[in-house]
Amino acid sequence: MHEYPITQRIIEVADSYARENNADEVKIINLVVGDYSGYVASSIELYFDIIAESSRCAKAKLHIERVTPKLKCNKCGEYFERKPFSFECPTCQGEGSPTEIGQEFYIRSIEV
Amino acid sequence: MSENREIEIMESVYDKNDEVASKINAELTGKNIYAINVMGAPGVGKTTSLIQIIKRLDGITPYVIEGDIEADFDTKTLQSLGVKTVQINTGGACHLDSPLIGKAVEELKVDNGVLFIENIGNLVCPAEFMIGEHAKMLISTVTEGSDKPYKYPLAFEKANIIILNKCDLLPYVDFDEEFFMKGVRALNKTAPVIKVSGKTEEGYDEVVAWIKERVK
Repeated sequence: MHEYPITQRIIEVADSYARENNADEVKIINLVVGDYSGYVASSIELYFDIIAESSRCAKAKLHIERVTPKLKCNKCGEYFERKPFSFECPTCQGEGSPTEIGQEFYIRSIEV
Repeated sequence: MSENREIEIMESVYDKNDEVASKINAELTGKNIYAINVMGAPGVGKTTSLIQIIKRLDGITPYVIEGDIEADFDTKTLQSLGVKTVQINTGGACHLDSPLIGKAVEELKVDNGVLFIENIGNLVCPAEFMIGEHAKMLISTVTEGSDKPYKYPLAFEKANIIILNKCDLLPYVDFDEEFFMKGVRALNKTAPVIKVSGKTEEGYDEVVAWIKERVK
């Protein structure tokens, strides 16, 4: 549901950077989306074409780099992907804690 | 065709929201208001818990911002109890964001006390947005099941205090407390987990003691 205003924001930012850099057209928007950010990449893509219509991003392609969340083992320090219903480290069976990896949601760059 | 020129941005899409949230937080702190973002799925007893907490605040002024997609039942209930409450209806949006809170704070004319912001009933999006709060309170229940920390990790990770409601129903439901706590502690080492019952009113004194420690 909240992908709509967020997609608007992405286009707003990309459009203003293009304007500042004297570019009439944004060709590619490189977005980084963690799987724990709560955003559904396909929904952003769906709204994108509709909202971008009258902006410098009208013909832009959206490149979404997805980031898989990782925990950090409290015992051996290893970063690992969580198995369902478990926080156990596959290397040493210690317990993992949440990290920022997987919570990203930012615009890396635009290509003009 | 000319080659693409890349312009680095590295800007979080949350930046605008977070900027407003920081301003609200500073404004509330300046007015001696401690703000608590109350999160939890629909039906966990967010409003019932607020009533139990407010009843025990002894002299600390409570304010409430009620967030719902539609309707104002909870606002009417709280107002009938004399609690200064304003309603936000998002009309479909699944969480509150900081621009919405800014307007509600203005309307409430808060000064010296504690502000509870009851977020939309949802275990996902409310944990993602800062809204100017000082703490996040997560309400979970024994009827939802003990797997919730494993299925909705972010809400448990971000909470400063976790209330486990409907504990009077423990003899009647399959709630594995050890499994629940294992999940909570893997995600969050410090938040107190307080067992309560909105029905029997057990446990709320401990919740209020936690709040009073923070409200000066």
